Amino acid sequence: MNNLIKGEKYDWEMVIGLEIHAQVKSNSKLFSSSSTKFGSSPNSQVSLVDAAMPGMLPVINKYCVEQAVKTGVGLNAKINNYSVFDRKNYFYADLPQGYQISQYKYPIVGEGKVTIDFKDGTSKDIRIVRLHLEQDAGKSLHDQNPSKTYVDLNRSGVALMEIVSEPDIRTPDEAGMYISKIRSILMYLDTCDGNMQEGSLRADVNISVRKPGDEYGTRCEIKNLNSIKFIKQAINYEVKRQIEILESGGSIEQNTMLFNTSTGKTRPMRNKEEAHDYRYFPDPDLLPLEISKEEIGKIKSSIPELPDELKNKFIETYKLSNYDASVLTAEKQTSDYFNETINSDPELKNHAKIVVNWITSELFSLLNKNNQDLNNSPVSPENLGQLIKLISTNEISGKIAKDVLEDMFSSGKTARQIVDEKGLQQVTDQGEIAKVIDEVIEENPKMVEQYLAGKDKLLGFFVGQAMKLTKGKANPKMLNDILKQKLNKKN
Amino acid sequence: MKIDKNTINKIARLSRIKLDDKESEDYIKDLNSILDWVEQLNEVNTENVEPLSNISSSILPKREDVSNDTNSSEEILENAPDKLEGFFAVPKVVE
Repeated sequence: MNNLIKGEKYDWEMVIGLEIHAQVKSNSKLFSSSSTKFGSSPNSQVSLVDAAMPGMLPVINKYCVEQAVKTGVGLNAKINNYSVFDRKNYFYADLPQGYQISQYKYPIVGEGKVTIDFKDGTSKDIRIVRLHLEQDAGKSLHDQNPSKTYVDLNRSGVALMEIVSEPDIRTPDEAGMYISKIRSILMYLDTCDGNMQEGSLRADVNISVRKPGDEYGTRCEIKNLNSIKFIKQAINYEVKRQIEILESGGSIEQNTMLFNTSTGKTRPMRNKEEAHDYRYFPDPDLLPLEISKEEIGKIKSSIPELPDELKNKFIETYKLSNYDASVLTAEKQTSDYFNETINSDPELKNHAKIVVNWITSELFSLLNKNNQDLNNSPVSPENLGQLIKLISTNEISGKIAKDVLEDMFSSGKTARQIVDEKGLQQVTDQGEIAKVIDEVIEENPKMVEQYLAGKDKLLGFFVGQAMKLTKGKANPKMLNDILKQKLNKKN
Repeated sequence: MKIDKNTINKIARLSRIKLDDKESEDYIKDLNSILDWVEQLNEVNTENVEPLSNISSSILPKREDVSNDTNSSEEILENAPDKLEGFFAVPKVVE
C-alpha cells in the first residue's frame, strides 16, 4: 500500500497518534457523588468537591475503576495492579481545583493493541501505549458575550479514560478506522456510550510528516475533535500546512492547535512562552490504587463477546469475508440484528452472504433515507429473514424483493403478506416464459434482425420487454437462457 | 539546584502571583535555603528503592456508584463575583 502524499518537491509520509478521551458510563463522578447526566441546567450537578471548596476530599468511584480495567482487557492490554493519581497543575477558568487529578507515571492500564480491518481484506495493528483515569474539566462558553466567558461545572470531575496510541497511524482513513474500532470496543463493553456529539468520546490528534525512512518529524497536536469527519479534515489540512512549511525551507514548531470546524483550518492555541509546565506530583489526598489479581480475574470473566471474537466466529461459522464480518461487528446493534436474522430460519445459514448484503446495503440505505436507526427498524430481523428466504427459494426475484422491502418498511407488513397480496411470486414456468418471449420476438422483427446481424447489446432490450410483460416477475436467469436459445435458433 | 531570578519569575507566573523586586529577592533566599536543607536527603543511598507515595498502610477507600440528585447550584454560585443565569461569568478567556 502506498500511503505517501506528493508535495511540490518530495513525497511525504504522515505519522499520526491519537489520544482518545472516553467518558466512563457511570451514574456519578470519579471523585464525588454528583450526577453525570448530560444536558442538565448549568451548575446543577456540582458538589462542594467538584467546586473545589477548601477542605473537600476526593473519594474514588469503585465502578469507574472497574470500567477502566474492563476497557483495558478489551484493548488486549496489561492491567496494572498498582497505579497512582497525580495532580496535573494548570490555571483555567473551568478547572476550579487549579489541577486535574490524572495518572502520570503509573497508569491503571499499560500496553495493548487493537486491530483495524481494510476493505481489501488486510488488517493492521495499532499499538496502545496506556489508558489512564482522569477528571474531566468544566465547559466554557466563549461566544455569548464579547467580554465574558461563561462557565458550567456540570462536567467537572466526570470520569474520563484517556487512551493513548503509538504513532502507528499513517492516513486519515486509518485514524477514522482506529477511533471507530475503539468506539466499537467501548460500546460492546458498555464502558462508554460512544456518543461523539455529546462529547462522550473525543480525540486529540498528534501529527507530523517525514520523508519515508527518516526519523519522526516535529509534531503538532490538534485538540478536542469530536467527529470522525473533523478528525480526517483536520489531519488533511495540518499535513498540507506542515509540508508547505518544510518544502519552503522552514521548520515545524511544536504547537497545540485548534481546529475550526467552519473554515476547516487549524490554528495555534497557545504561544510558546506560555508552554505548559504541569508540575505533576502524586495527589496527597489519594492513596495509590491497588487492584488484586482476584478482582481483575472477576472483571475479566464478566466481559462479553468483543467485536474481534465475534468477527472470527462469523468468518468461521458463515464463511464470511474478513471485511463483511468486520462491518457486521462494528456496532453491537448490527451484529445482534444479523444474529437474530440468520437464526430466524435454519435455511438462512447457507445464505449468510445474502443476509449480510440485505442488512448492510438494502436495509441500511432505507434506514438512512428515513433517518432511522437499526435499533428501531420497522423491519424486524424475523421479517427480513422471511424475505431473504423467499429470495433464496426463488419464490421472488432479488429485484422485486427490493420493492417488497420498501413496502415492508413503510407498511409494517410481512414479506409473505405483501407477496401474496400483490401476487409477486416469480414466474418459473418454462412454458409461460417461452410464450412471453415468443410474443416479444414477434412484435420486434427489426430488432431481431439487428441482433442477429451482430448487435449483441439488443439482448438487454428483449429482456426488458419480456420483464415488462411479466411485471418483472419472470425468473431472470430462465428468461435469459430461453431468450438466447430462441434468438440463436433464428440464425 | 539553585533558584535564580528567572526561576522565581517562572514559578510566580505559574502560580499567578505578582512579585516586586524586593519580594523576588526574599523568595530566592528563602527557597534556596529550603532546597539546601532538603538536599541533605541526597546523602541517603536510594538506589533500587521505589519512591514512597503513601506513609500509611491503609488502602484507598472506594465508594459505590450512586449519584445524589441534590441541586446545589445556588450554594455553588454564592461566592462567585459574577454570574449569569446559573453560569459563572469570568473575564473572557480567549482560546
